[in-house]
Amino acid sequence: MTGLLDKVVIVTGAARGTGRVHCERFADEGADVIALDAPAAADELRNTAREVENRGRRCVTGLADVSDLHAMTAAVDGGVAELGRLDVVVANAGIHIPGAPSWELDPRDWQRTLDINLTGVWHTVKAAVPHIGARGGAVVIISSTNGIRGTANTAHYTASKHAVVGLARTLANELGPRSIRVNTVHPGAVATPMVLNETTFRRLRPDLDNPTATDAAEVLMARNLLPVPWVEPIDVANAVIFLASDQSRYITGTQLVVDAGLTQKTT
Amino acid sequence: MSRRLKGKVALITGAARGIGRAQAVRFAQEGADIVALDVCGPVDTVIIPHSTPADLDKTAALVTDAGARVHTELVDVRDLAGMQAATDRGAQRLGGLDVVCATAGITSRGMALELDENAWRTMLDVNLTGVWHTCRVGTPHLIARGAGAIVLTNSVAGLRGLVGVAHYTAAKHGVVGLMRSLANELAPHNIRVNCVHPTNVDTPMIQNDAVSSAFRPDLDRPPTRAELAEAARNMNMLAVPWVEAVDVANAALFLASDEARYITAVSLPVDAGATQR
Repeated sequence: MTGLLDKVVIVTGAARGTGRVHCERFADEGADVIALDAPAAADELRNTAREVENRGRRCVTGLADVSDLHAMTAAVDGGVAELGRLDVVVANAGIHIPGAPSWELDPRDWQRTLDINLTGVWHTVKAAVPHIGARGGAVVIISSTNGIRGTANTAHYTASKHAVVGLARTLANELGPRSIRVNTVHPGAVATPMVLNETTFRRLRPDLDNPTATDAAEVLMARNLLPVPWVEPIDVANAVIFLASDQSRYITGTQLVVDAGLTQKTT
Repeated sequence: MSRRLKGKVALITGAARGIGRAQAVRFAQEGADIVALDVCGPVDTVIIPHSTPADLDKTAALVTDAGARVHTELVDVRDLAGMQAATDRGAQRLGGLDVVCATAGITSRGMALELDENAWRTMLDVNLTGVWHTCRVGTPHLIARGAGAIVLTNSVAGLRGLVGVAHYTAAKHGVVGLMRSLANELAPHNIRVNCVHPTNVDTPMIQNDAVSSAFRPDLDRPPTRAELAEAARNMNMLAVPWVEAVDVANAALFLASDEARYITAVSLPVDAGATQR
C-alpha cells in the first residue's frame, strides 16, 4: 500500500523512455497522471496516455517545453483543472547533448543543457508546487550519477545535474513546513534511447567499426559493482514511486542512487 | 616570506574587492603577477552596491605595492568573447598563466517559488556559466604551460541547501559538478581543479542592508554590524560571525601552490564549521 490511490501526479518528459514508465507505474498504484512533454513528442505522448488509461486511470496530456515557463504554467494549470488536485511532481525531462572537453564545448550546448536540465526543473516546480494542497506532497527530481560525481567531456551535463541537487536541497528546506518532501534520484546508465543509441555505442567502443548494444554492454558492465550493464527504466520508476509514496514520509532532501554500484566502484 | 607562487601568473575574476582582491594581494605577496578582472559596474537583479573601476585600481595598487606586476581589465564574466580577449591580453603581457581563480559572483534573494525568471537566469549566467567561461578561456593557457591550478570560489551553498537562495544554491552546486568534470579532464595535463566553500565572509556581499536584513527579520530596520554578527554567529560552529576574505584567499593560495600538488577535485570548506553543525 503506497498511499498513491486517487492521487494526481505530474510527470515531465512523459512521452518515452523512463518518463513513460513512471506514468505506467503511478497508474499501477492507482494514481491519475498529468503527462507533459515537448510539442515534438505529441505522438509518443498519446501512447503514454493509452498505457495509463489501459490501467484504468485518467491521463491528461500537455505539450510544453520545460524551458518555457509560460507554456509550462498553462499546461500544468490545465491538467490540474481537469483532474482536480495535485500531490506529486516528477521532474523527469532532461537532455544529454554529446559533449566535448569543457574548454571546447559549444556555448549553445552548454546553455541548452542548463535551460532544460536545470531551469526546466525549476520551471516545473514553480508551475506545479503551488497546486499541492495543505495535506502535503512530494517532489522527485531525476538527476544522474553525474549529479554525484564528475566525468570527462560532460561539464554541461554534470553541472546541470549537480545544480538540481542544490535546488532540491533548498526546496526541501523551504517546502518542509508545508509537508512537501523533495528528493533526487540518480540513475546510472538506463536502457533508454538516451543510452542505447549508435553515438553512445561508438563513444564506448572506439575500437570497433560498427559497435552494437552488446559491445557497449561489455564496457558498461565493467563500470558497475553488480554484474549488469545498465538498469531498466522500471528500476528508476520503482525508486520514484517509493519517494513519492507514504513509505518515505520522513525522507526529504536526500539523494537516492540507482546505479548498480557505478558511483561506489573502487577497483 | 616563502614566495610560494614565485614566478607564477594568476588570473582572478571579481578582483576589484572582497575575496578577489584578497586573492590578488596574497598571491602577489607570494610572488605571483596578477591578471585582475572585474565587471566594475551594476548587474541587473542585484541590489547590493556594485564594484567600481576605483575599486579595481585600488586592487592594482595593492598588488604593485606587494612588488608584483598587474594587468587589469573591465569585463563581464557573462561575455565569453570579452573574457577571451581580456585573458589572452593579460597572459600575453605577463607571460602566460599558471593559476586561474574564478571568484566573480553575485547574490540576490527570493523563495524558490517566487523568484522571477530574470533573477534566476542572471544568477546562473554569472555564478555558473561565468565560471565555465573563465575556465574555458583560461584552460588553454594552462595546457600550453603543461601544468597549473584552477580554484573556484564556491560557498557553503555548494554543499547544502540554503533558504531564500535556490538559484544561488543551484548555481554553486553546479560549480561543484563543473569542478569534478574539469578535474577529470585536466588531470592528464597536470592541471588541478578545486573548490573553496566559505561561510559568510566579511565583504560587501553580506555587509549591506539588503542581505544583512535577511539575517534579522525580527528587526524593522537594517541591523547594525553587531546585530548582524549576533545572527550570523549562529550559522557557524566556531564562535565567529564570519570569516575574513584573507582566510578564503589563504585556502585558495594553498590549493594554487605546489604544497597541494596532489590535491584535485576537492571541496574545501572555509566555513568555521557551518556545514557540520
